[in-house]
Amino acid sequence: MIQKILKKKEEKELSFQRTQEKLKILADAAKYDVSCSSSGSKRANTNKGLGDATGMGICHSYTEDGRCVSLLKILLTNYCIFDCAYCVTRKSNDIKRAAFKVQEVVDLTINFYRRNYIEGLFLSSGIFKSADYTMERLVAVAKKLRLEENFNGYIHLKSIPGASDELMREAGLYADRLSVNIEIPTEAGLKKLAPDKNREDFIKPMVKVKNEIIQYKAEKKIIKTTPKFAPAGQSTQMIIGASGENDFQIMQTSNHFYKNYNLKRVYYSGYVPISYDNRLPQIGSAVPMLRENRLYQTDWLMRFYGFDVSEILNQQHQNLDLDVDPKLSWALRNLHEFPVDVNTADKRMLARIPGLGMKSVYKILNARRFRRLNWEHLKKIGVALNRAQYFMVCDSNQFEKRDLTPEKIKGLILQNSNSKYQKTLSNQLSLFS
Amino acid sequence: MIAKNLIYDGTFDGFLSAVFYVFEHKLKQVRIQNEFTMQQGLFSDNETIVTEEVKANRVWKGVKSKLSSKGSYQLYYAFLSEQIGVEDFLLDYMRYAFEKKSNADKDYSHPSVLKIAQLAKSVGREKHRMEAFVRFRLTKDDIYFASIEPDFNVLPLIEKHFKRRYADQKWVIYDIKRGYGLFYDLDHVEIINMDFPAGFDFTKTESEFFATQEFEFQKLWQDYFKATNIESRKNMKLHIRHVPKRYWKYLSEKQPN
Repeated sequence: MIQKILKKKEEKELSFQRTQEKLKILADAAKYDVSCSSSGSKRANTNKGLGDATGMGICHSYTEDGRCVSLLKILLTNYCIFDCAYCVTRKSNDIKRAAFKVQEVVDLTINFYRRNYIEGLFLSSGIFKSADYTMERLVAVAKKLRLEENFNGYIHLKSIPGASDELMREAGLYADRLSVNIEIPTEAGLKKLAPDKNREDFIKPMVKVKNEIIQYKAEKKIIKTTPKFAPAGQSTQMIIGASGENDFQIMQTSNHFYKNYNLKRVYYSGYVPISYDNRLPQIGSAVPMLRENRLYQTDWLMRFYGFDVSEILNQQHQNLDLDVDPKLSWALRNLHEFPVDVNTADKRMLARIPGLGMKSVYKILNARRFRRLNWEHLKKIGVALNRAQYFMVCDSNQFEKRDLTPEKIKGLILQNSNSKYQKTLSNQLSLFS
Repeated sequence: MIAKNLIYDGTFDGFLSAVFYVFEHKLKQVRIQNEFTMQQGLFSDNETIVTEEVKANRVWKGVKSKLSSKGSYQLYYAFLSEQIGVEDFLLDYMRYAFEKKSNADKDYSHPSVLKIAQLAKSVGREKHRMEAFVRFRLTKDDIYFASIEPDFNVLPLIEKHFKRRYADQKWVIYDIKRGYGLFYDLDHVEIINMDFPAGFDFTKTESEFFATQEFEFQKLWQDYFKATNIESRKNMKLHIRHVPKRYWKYLSEKQPN
């Protein structure tokens, strides 16, 4: 009897160690997926079950690289039949391989969630055997969480390129968000780095999900109890700086996906060198974090500030400035639109003043109904005057009266600001000086 | 004329009762102070306010009719900041709201309105941080226990969030700084005071009190936290801005092994 108990204890210990080992491998392999969004779903806890995915997302922690930890982000397995050059789990890479059982992922998710570590699960996978075989297992995890564990937290599933429409439909019933990463912004780049993949395979599940969401929204208007379908929508990701595209091409692609596939988000992931493959930047070269940041800023200008992508990037300006943000850069090229009077300008123009975020725009729109605003008011509201002062007038006779050239304004702004990227910038600038 | 000094019991209803008193007696020069943090003025004329729910409700109803729902919640949030002197800003704000026709809460160029909006923002941030940084640990009696020390008194604000989310497990969130907590018993949430054994260390998970599997999941979580970091993108400044050091002691992933 005692022996039996001891043996059981030993087994338990072993199973813990195995899970621990797998978690290390499969979390490490999943970390290059930058999405960690847990917002935008509407899954309320109505069954007195576990979890609630309404309202805003929560970052429960941040890694030492400063990224949000919101979801348990893991691969089901890092065995993969593909050999994409930019990917750590590519077939030819000599790394430790592991695979979770469906139940293991369910247990980890539930127990992490109960301790308030996470908002939910982000499950991706290497492709083993076939696309459908893999997708089926991802769906099985989500299904089990929803139906057996009464879990209402957030689930983000990866759509496996080439998975069948039936499986994608089932995935959408249990997941809050689905995503498929196009990874390489152009078809030519994809051909070079992932010769055994083709773009249609990525697009197919995306189209299916898009159509299902449209259908769900239409049916929901008539029948309120229509089961939810991927309420937090779809997203995708592109790797930046692996295959030589310029910013114009990247944002064109991004714009295309936002417009044609109703994506919630496009993520940009600066390429982290993981391979000695000579088609790619070598190990040790810097991750293009500043460029990534400028792309996100452009993305925001497109989605929230009323800019058309062609105003920021076009044939004449194929790359974003690194030393100033894209809005300032646009303003410097379009000085004829300024100065803007903050006490009379419309929302569209206010949003175009460098140094004004949308929050400040709304505060100004509200506050100016009570009195005419001056510099003091604007400063207190939180406007970044060091940039904004050259582009606006307010209730004050002190404003920029000199007829400054764009270069001069840029110089003045850079002199009076501190960029966290100063070090990166000064290195890059000295190259051309 | 000597300024009147109204002293209330620290509750929101108490504060609103004091506001009622101000309007009832048409006081111009007045300060409202919490009895626990009050500062004695040399020549002040002190008046202790009795908390009366009826009066408090009347004031609150009046406030709500004058402000947008955002305005009235900002007022309550700012009150929970417990900042010394916040009562005077709140009073000024309410006076301004009552004399204005409407929408006073959107006048960000008025000093008290802006101040209250900013305080409410800080409290809102702390509320959100607590929703993120609470770490439950499973005790031997099957209760998920978390201890916190928030900058502001945010327990009343996070109750609903946790009740909705953890509907099927018993939990306690305890504010060590303020000496009270919330206990959910699978049915409703109540406010509790707890006695802890002498020398009880809130930052440690001791096997005497916590379930065996608790240690395993903490370990797994720590492993996960490490594995999901990308070393070549390391940015500790950003990390600390998001997770300020004062919160580390209760975060399982930040415990030394």
